[in-house]
Amino acid sequence: MDPDLVLLLNGVVSGLLLGGLYAAAAAGLSVSFGMLDVVNIAHPAFMVLGALLVALLWGATGIDPLVLSVLLTPAFWALGAALYVAYHHFFERRGDEAIQGLAFFFGVMFIIEVGLVLTVGPDQHFADASYANTTWRIGEVDLPLRMLVPALLALSAIAGLSLFLRRTFTGRAIAAVAQDREALRLLAINPVRIKRLAFGISIAFAALAGGALVVVQPVDAWSGHVFIGRVFAIVIMGGLSSLGGCVLAALAFGVLENVTATFYGPSWSPAVAFGCLLLVLAVRPQGLFGRAA
Amino acid sequence: MQGISRRGIGRLALAAAAPMTVPATARAQAAPSGPPIRIGYSMSLSGGLAPNGRPALTAHKIWAEDVNGRGGLLGRPVELVNYDDQSTGAQVPGIYTKLIDVDKVDLVVSGYATAIIAPAMPVVMQRNMTFVSLFGTGVNADFKYDRYFSVNCTGSKVKETFAKGFMDIAMAMDPKPRTIALVNLDSDFHQRTAESARFLAKELGLRIVYDRAYPPSTVDFGPIIRSVAAARPDIVFAGSYPPDTAGLLRAASEQRVNFQMMGGPMIGPHATAQKLQLGPILNNLVVWDVYAPEPTLQFPGTKELIERYQPIAARENTDALGYYVPPMAYAQMQVLEQAVKRVGRIDQAALAADMHANQFDTVIGPLRFDALGEWTEERNLYTQYQGVQGNGIDQFKRTGTQVVLYPPRYKSGDLRKPYTAGA
Repeated sequence: MDPDLVLLLNGVVSGLLLGGLYAAAAAGLSVSFGMLDVVNIAHPAFMVLGALLVALLWGATGIDPLVLSVLLTPAFWALGAALYVAYHHFFERRGDEAIQGLAFFFGVMFIIEVGLVLTVGPDQHFADASYANTTWRIGEVDLPLRMLVPALLALSAIAGLSLFLRRTFTGRAIAAVAQDREALRLLAINPVRIKRLAFGISIAFAALAGGALVVVQPVDAWSGHVFIGRVFAIVIMGGLSSLGGCVLAALAFGVLENVTATFYGPSWSPAVAFGCLLLVLAVRPQGLFGRAA
Repeated sequence: MQGISRRGIGRLALAAAAPMTVPATARAQAAPSGPPIRIGYSMSLSGGLAPNGRPALTAHKIWAEDVNGRGGLLGRPVELVNYDDQSTGAQVPGIYTKLIDVDKVDLVVSGYATAIIAPAMPVVMQRNMTFVSLFGTGVNADFKYDRYFSVNCTGSKVKETFAKGFMDIAMAMDPKPRTIALVNLDSDFHQRTAESARFLAKELGLRIVYDRAYPPSTVDFGPIIRSVAAARPDIVFAGSYPPDTAGLLRAASEQRVNFQMMGGPMIGPHATAQKLQLGPILNNLVVWDVYAPEPTLQFPGTKELIERYQPIAARENTDALGYYVPPMAYAQMQVLEQAVKRVGRIDQAALAADMHANQFDTVIGPLRFDALGEWTEERNLYTQYQGVQGNGIDQFKRTGTQVVLYPPRYKSGDLRKPYTAGA
């Protein structure tokens, strides 16, 4: 096969796998930022918290990191719900959520990072999944399981969430709360309760993303920083409240980054990916799958 | 008033005679007294540089304990005054201004690495303080401050010497390599090191088939390694920081690359956590380093320092083995200590003159400084991981696991090639 074609195929496939990781990181934010209008800038820090907890638990038990991340989701859901209660009480209820709420989540991010340094140290932590050193080869295309398995878990979880949002009454209420919270009250639904539930789900997704992240790369307390810009860009590009759009944007981001890195050098990757974001917003300000106001 | 008995008079007489009868060495180790000599600096205890900042502080504390145990410096206790710079250069000028103007420290040293040292320079220069830095690369090339002294093995001619060891090892292979790939993180340190490799490759007639930098935000290193492999280089000179090093080596392993030689300033396996994580993937990797636990690199005090550091590191959750930063950080303070002892007072000009004029015997070996404050003789070590099996920590304490290939005077093993996954 033509060497350039091999490079292109591998660039696309590895980009899709990378996009799976991005989708895992962005899906939770799509719920909190896209649907609930809560600018949770600490979302990547929660992902790192999940990753480091998974690494510690893996060190203690040897259980697969992705299984551990699934087991952590109830605790993260509770953490997210509690955090939303505080956020609602001190900011949202008073209508101070715009700037002060943003500052609140900045503070949460720093507390998580410093807390992690003080408790687990500043060093990198890792969790070696049993499949992490295996690479499947289909023709000339490599499929490293280190990237493939977390991507599949992430996409499955997102598909499950999407079904939940579409098929269940509570799920529809979550989708509706961002549009008109007062209309929910007419249906005897407490919008605060719904938002608390949904915010818990978004943080539970951070735990899943953490498990995926620690399989892909070693993690330290500040590993979330490189994801902040990306995950917000992906959620905006996808159309804020659209989970499907979020996944497609994440996959597009991964492919753009990796194909650019392969042919034009890795320095151009962020510029091309974020350039495409600007292009999308110029043509479709509501994002790929967002609805025009 | 109580009368003095004959026995009491006898005790007093003994006490009065004591200073004349105890040996001189014991007198020198008497408890230090007087106002402390305060040594101020910023240190990265949080943020991205903390994995190296915290071991450095641990080594400094061990040094202070040692000095105070020996009777202090000029008979006075030493006291370390440090603030967390959060790995942010912007914090550093304020910290040094406070240290010098408010805390009135007697001496200043630097925190860890170039990004923290450079922002301190204007403040330190304005106050004419003598400044001993840690892991700075080419910081004084532009400042040309005559009271700057660098505890880093790169020397002042980074372009001509940094990659020399790597190239010497490569050119000694049979057959000689003809092509080279350069890949590095887009950071100040790695740009300088890549420039050295580029310069020497041209000198040696090596054809550069790949030469690209990657941004710090890179997550997937698969495409980079694939592009490098597609260029079919004989050898690969790579410069990276810990998360990237893991990503590059994982990708190299997954793609089953086969290069005659691969390595360079790939910072990462220097930290114990990454040694354990990568395990056999490290085999045959040629890594720039500053120290390895090999018999050729044992200097007075090195082994004792490591033995004292490791239990503290276990308690403080910091780098478990401590081969990378702690010896250099301890040596940084030894330079200061020896200069103060020779000068006999805290005099910034005299201290700088002494540091320029004399040799320092440290736990990382003897050092001398040139006019720019860099080592007169660079000591870039190129080491190779060999025979790593599994992910156990004890193998990394044994000699022969990380052999020294360069410079020849510290050589402890021979090159194994090629670099290929899990060699």
